[in-house]
Amino acid sequence: MPETKEVTSREEAAVERWEQETLEPVLRKRPERKRRFDTVSLEEVKRLYTPADMSEVDYERDISFPGEFPYTRGIHPTGYRGKLWTMRQFAGFGTPEETNQRFKYLMAQGQTGLSVAYDLPTLMGYDADSPLSEGEVGKCGVAVSSLADMEILFDGIPLEEVTVSQTINAPASVLLTMYLVVAEKQGADWKKISGTLQNDILKEYIAQKEWIYPIRPAMKLVTDTFEFCTNHVPKYNPISVSGYHIREAGATALQELAFTLRDGIEYVEWGVRAGLDVDEFVPRISFFFNAHNDFFEEIAKYRAARRIWSRVMRERFGAKNERTLQLRFHTQTAGVSLTVQQPLNNIVRVAIQALAGVLGGTQSLHTDAYDEALALPTDRAALIALRTQQIIAEETGVANTVDPLGGSYFVEALTKQMEDGALDYFEKIDSMGGMVESIEKGFPQREIQESAYQYQKAVERGEQTIVGVNKYQMEEEPAEVPILVINEAVRDRQVERLERTRVRRDKGAVANALEKLKQAARNDENTMPATIEAVRAYATLGEICDALRDVYGLYEEPAF
Amino acid sequence: MSSERKIRVLVAKPGLDGHDRGAKVIARALRDAGMEVIYTGLRQTPEMIAAAALQEDVDAVGVSILSGAHNTLCPRIVQLLHERGMDDCLVLVGGIVPQEDIPRLKEQGVAEIFLPGTSTEDIVRFLRENVRPRE
Repeated sequence: MPETKEVTSREEAAVERWEQETLEPVLRKRPERKRRFDTVSLEEVKRLYTPADMSEVDYERDISFPGEFPYTRGIHPTGYRGKLWTMRQFAGFGTPEETNQRFKYLMAQGQTGLSVAYDLPTLMGYDADSPLSEGEVGKCGVAVSSLADMEILFDGIPLEEVTVSQTINAPASVLLTMYLVVAEKQGADWKKISGTLQNDILKEYIAQKEWIYPIRPAMKLVTDTFEFCTNHVPKYNPISVSGYHIREAGATALQELAFTLRDGIEYVEWGVRAGLDVDEFVPRISFFFNAHNDFFEEIAKYRAARRIWSRVMRERFGAKNERTLQLRFHTQTAGVSLTVQQPLNNIVRVAIQALAGVLGGTQSLHTDAYDEALALPTDRAALIALRTQQIIAEETGVANTVDPLGGSYFVEALTKQMEDGALDYFEKIDSMGGMVESIEKGFPQREIQESAYQYQKAVERGEQTIVGVNKYQMEEEPAEVPILVINEAVRDRQVERLERTRVRRDKGAVANALEKLKQAARNDENTMPATIEAVRAYATLGEICDALRDVYGLYEEPAF
Repeated sequence: MSSERKIRVLVAKPGLDGHDRGAKVIARALRDAGMEVIYTGLRQTPEMIAAAALQEDVDAVGVSILSGAHNTLCPRIVQLLHERGMDDCLVLVGGIVPQEDIPRLKEQGVAEIFLPGTSTEDIVRFLRENVRPRE
């Protein structure tokens, strides 16, 4: 296409003219502040972006219109003019009673969806009375050991109406089941329930490391939930493929994007192998990204994610359903960017990160509270975090038009750079045999560790500024902020309830259901029906996971 | 500091938490500073940590903890080291620890607590200045 080439060279010539005539004289008089300007991912950013940087980007092919392939500008033709994003604050601490109160408080303040944080014993599939749970019950989230706890957690919250997101991975099938049984007891119809289960086990091996079983049986459990939800809970998202934790572990924005989407591809492959139809189950796969400090890099990441996913679904999997092609995602501001020093500064960081998520077209958003580098958030801190979203939504005007940054030379060039970089990573991972194999080889883990170390070095050399930490430090900090303290009595209360539950239930029914679950696991059948039976009989989370541990064994992390 | 013997540090991750970014960055920074570093891996009980410290004959144990379980786990690690006659072994804690817990942890024998934002150079310096010279 000689015509395009000619235009490109004319545009490049124009840039050269500007550099010589206007830029050079100024640079001679006054050099720039730094020799090199980097994003927070340590990617170099150019001085200026112009039409010359768009030579490989075609509006109709690559950017297109909102609601149309490849969805770079968003999946809804009206953006946020039709419906704002869901304000979904992640919450959970102490006992189910305390968290139930926090949920009701947040909803009374205008929050539009719920998101449950579970404590570490729950995340690892141990009951509150396990010796391994000592010191951890109710600390990082709410403690749930059996259906009895789940009933209290959602008491007075109508599950047919409210969408609930659950952050749970290794034992996700069990917590999903508890949730569905509570909904059923409320009289809700499973066909009408919507919400999201995180259920992304691959990123646990890659980054967050709350695993239980070896990778392959764990992937089988995930696939079981896909199959079950497709047939019985069709409006529910059985997975939220998560880059959030990959980023928090130290990945760059590009690595977050590439590893997360490649994880998504892996889940689709497993679903297809289990006999599911791409156009039936993939529309219920959702994503979850981080919003870090580097504003434009983050926006480019979200836009590239939509473009890559739609192309991969069409080209690699032959998807036809529009919903299959549309990547929907939740965003959370970067916990790792919050500082202990001068903690009120975190309010500003969170606001800017949240704005990036919104300009990137997120479907739902969690804004971190300013005190989260110190502890779990207090009521007051959680409230300011929610208000931050409401201010962005209703005061700033950014939701008035669709994809306001579309067509920015810088943002479009970065979006393309992100896309190209992610495709390079896909090629590497494919050549290793896929994501499971590349995790077994330690590839994404090593890439992330290296980035984390390089970032730490850049901070220590002062190349990356963290206000209040390596610049503008204060000996005496102006304000001590109150923090939430979880006391050890939480464990006692949870253990008491667990003991009462164990006494009251039908022991025979529990033993029977657990035996059926083991059988299903051994015979490679879908484990969901037996899990439901066990949960209904009030088998505890620890007992159900122990049954699966017996069959599947435990994951051992390779050394690297 | 003795010039013959390198400082040996056990980087330990107790409790159920899997967030190991900090532990791994510290392990590498200490290695780059010329120390010998042994990383325990995830989810070690205090007993496993103390046993590893004894077996590896380390000068210091760096405990990475972000889950809020420090008041339960750290004093137990100090106590178990004491029972194994390792009173000279420094116990350092890094992670999310509220200010009000710091004095008590120090009373219980933790040598120093490093909060988020600490530079790895400060930790290297602390170890060089405080590890007791050996023969």
